[in-house]
Amino acid sequence: MRPETETDLAEMISASNGPLRIRGGGTRSIGDVAGAPLETGGLSGITLYEPGALTLVAGAGTPLAEVEAALDAENQRLAFEVPDMRGLLGAQGTSTLGGIVAANASGPRRIASGACRDFLLGVRFVDGAGSIVSNGGRVMKNVTGYDLVKLMAGSHGTLGVLTEVSFKVLPKPEAAATLVLHGLSDTEAVAAMSAALGAPYDVTGAAHDPAARQTLLRIEGFARSVAYRLERLKALFPGREITEETGAAAGAALWAGVRDAAPLQGRAGDVWRLSCTPSDAPELATRLCAEALLYDWGGGLVWALLPEGTDARTRLGAFKGHATRVRGTGSISGSVSGSASGRVPAFHPDPAPVAALSTALRRRFDPRGVLNPGLMA
Amino acid sequence: MEMPAPNASILARKHQIVARLREVLPEGSVISELSETRAYECDALTAYRCPPLCAVLPSSTEEVSAVLKICFEEGVPVVPRGSGTSLAGGALPTADSVILGVAKMNRVLETDYANRFIRVQTGRTNLSVSGAVAEEDFFYAPDPSSQLACAIAGNIAMNSGGAHCLKYGVTTNNLMGVTMVLMDGTVIELGGAHLDAPGLDLLGVICGSEGQLGVVTEATLRILRKPEGARPVLMGFAANEVAGECVSDIIKAGVLPVAIEFMDRPCIEACEAFAKAGYPMCEALLIVEVEGSEAEIAEQLEKIIEIAKRHNPVELREARDEDEAGRIWLGRKSAFGAMGQINDYMCLDGTIPVSSLPHVLRRIGEMSEEFGLKVANVFHAGDGNMHPLILFNANEEGQLELCERFGAEILKLCVEVGGCLTGEHGVGIEKRDLMHTQYAPADLEAQMAVKDVFDPHWLLNPAKVFPLDASEARRSAALAAE
Repeated sequence: MRPETETDLAEMISASNGPLRIRGGGTRSIGDVAGAPLETGGLSGITLYEPGALTLVAGAGTPLAEVEAALDAENQRLAFEVPDMRGLLGAQGTSTLGGIVAANASGPRRIASGACRDFLLGVRFVDGAGSIVSNGGRVMKNVTGYDLVKLMAGSHGTLGVLTEVSFKVLPKPEAAATLVLHGLSDTEAVAAMSAALGAPYDVTGAAHDPAARQTLLRIEGFARSVAYRLERLKALFPGREITEETGAAAGAALWAGVRDAAPLQGRAGDVWRLSCTPSDAPELATRLCAEALLYDWGGGLVWALLPEGTDARTRLGAFKGHATRVRGTGSISGSVSGSASGRVPAFHPDPAPVAALSTALRRRFDPRGVLNPGLMA
Repeated sequence: MEMPAPNASILARKHQIVARLREVLPEGSVISELSETRAYECDALTAYRCPPLCAVLPSSTEEVSAVLKICFEEGVPVVPRGSGTSLAGGALPTADSVILGVAKMNRVLETDYANRFIRVQTGRTNLSVSGAVAEEDFFYAPDPSSQLACAIAGNIAMNSGGAHCLKYGVTTNNLMGVTMVLMDGTVIELGGAHLDAPGLDLLGVICGSEGQLGVVTEATLRILRKPEGARPVLMGFAANEVAGECVSDIIKAGVLPVAIEFMDRPCIEACEAFAKAGYPMCEALLIVEVEGSEAEIAEQLEKIIEIAKRHNPVELREARDEDEAGRIWLGRKSAFGAMGQINDYMCLDGTIPVSSLPHVLRRIGEMSEEFGLKVANVFHAGDGNMHPLILFNANEEGQLELCERFGAEILKLCVEVGGCLTGEHGVGIEKRDLMHTQYAPADLEAQMAVKDVFDPHWLLNPAKVFPLDASEARRSAALAAE
């Protein structure tokens, strides 16, 4: 199924009598869903772009590339730095705005500027009963009624199929530069990133690659200001081996590597993504015994490569945060978070009272259980 | 604004309900005498008042849970209250409701600079959260103008903004986790020191739900290192349109000021008479503030002034020191006080696309003539969040109603141009019956479905946010179920 309009989509969902697998560009699929494919690519096109108001509205099936080209022409961008998961997942195709929102896909700049959900101003979607719903709008400050915009971001198509999304966009900075600290242990690196993020220099990226023993700190803004802050930041780490990357292309490549978890690409095994308190990260990483690791968000995000069929949650034990299996099938025996069937869910199970609320919400928005059934629960 | 008639059965059981609440709370935490409940009869929307059945002031999450459990069992509506500074009537009680005030819960529970968060009880005031981390040069970014008094609980309920959200975002962008009590007494934890949700983003929908989904008792808030410095520039223009274009050009140029405030002539005149900040008399004033080191501030101000000069400003005043910066902000910060001096006023809160600014200001001017009521405009121009202040005389028969009708027309205009009814104050009762202008029935149905899940009996702040006719069936079903 590939609706061309919102009304078509509403009719298709109303008429469906079995599970639907919602698909944007198919570049960031997660977990296992069975069902008839429902593609959103027909709901495409930028409907409004006002650079002076920093707002863009587009169909959910609009390719990211088309949006980026339009923003480029005005020297603006989506500031949450959309990760490109194709390399990690071995996927083909073109990422769409709807898919990005459904996954709340957010890159390194999340720690400074916010996640996809923080830049999402409005949504239109069709719920599981075929009702067309609009929430939020195209203005930056809006507290009119409940914020279903946030609820839809990261709901992976389980509450409704997005048809239109509106974003706050931001101007591209004049310059960017990256400080590279060499030779730090994971614990030293997280401490260094905390120090940098706690300094008044607007660090917009803080990542650590344990294999390369490189800790990256990014600064963006007007050229003179970037140069000034880079020097001040460097002064926080006396006696450390430090290099600078001020070239635009090289810097962009460096951060694309962090954004897309490049050190984990092209290697066999399952990929897990940990969201945790930054200073807990090194210890949690030790528990994982991972084959490859990458720290982003100052330590608050850990990418881990584990042998196929490993339940990261069993290795981690109790911790503050959650672990999502981004790649892998979940056929594991002897895990703590597995269901009776012996399969480990991709998404971290919520505590019982929270899970009850989420389940009830899904049931209200998708009473027949046709939208990506079982994906998140 | 109409409120549902109180439930006679609850009024008749007042004695029993109060007695049960006293059993679970320490002495002095249940207020039931009319002479004392009067203190809770309204919030900052003072035109509407009604003393509650009683008010409770719990001191812990456990006590909040015990209170809610009793109210759930007794079928009594609960109106959560932070500091009572809502301009939308968010904390307005009904005669059959229990006010649940979190004012006693004001402790800092945890401060973590390495991970950049603070965990507080939600009765703590906004400004005192920043105060608690000031010695390490950190701050909590959302800064509603009532920040001296308003509580974090209310900030979360209304998803409050402030003057500096152009750069730092509003409450929802700075809220990392909550401890919340559901209407049946269940305590849940959402989020924490990590940055995203494991499953559905429930935290995102709780923020801004106006106390209708649960009572948030503890919050984990993102704290930031203070910038090295900040400085405003003041610019006067000969027309609103020109000031509007200047705002748009500044944003497009890639400068991201922390604040862009706009005042029109009626507002400038009132502020000047009140605060004597030395503002130029012109049609429109912009205050633009930037942050950073001395050199960075200078660089950004240079760019902003260069842009402003293209729009033939009648005045350009750069603050050279703290004192001058203070004087530039003085008038703006006393705008509401200044208005209060000369008149009763009603403060609106619609948001519009920045590009519609000139059109909307012109239409407001025309409507002001039609309704015979003066309007002063002061607002956060960078994000299009307007605060038209309609001046009226509350002692004159019919003026409040006239003012409300005028206000409704302005808000409809905001929606018409692609904006919304409320940018940071919330719907409460004030904009409740206008929700139909912004949302289709299916849109409201989807929002009410969320409340059904969190509060199936519609006991939490029930007569707010949704037009009474839209929520009628749900509220009466809950009554019948008792």
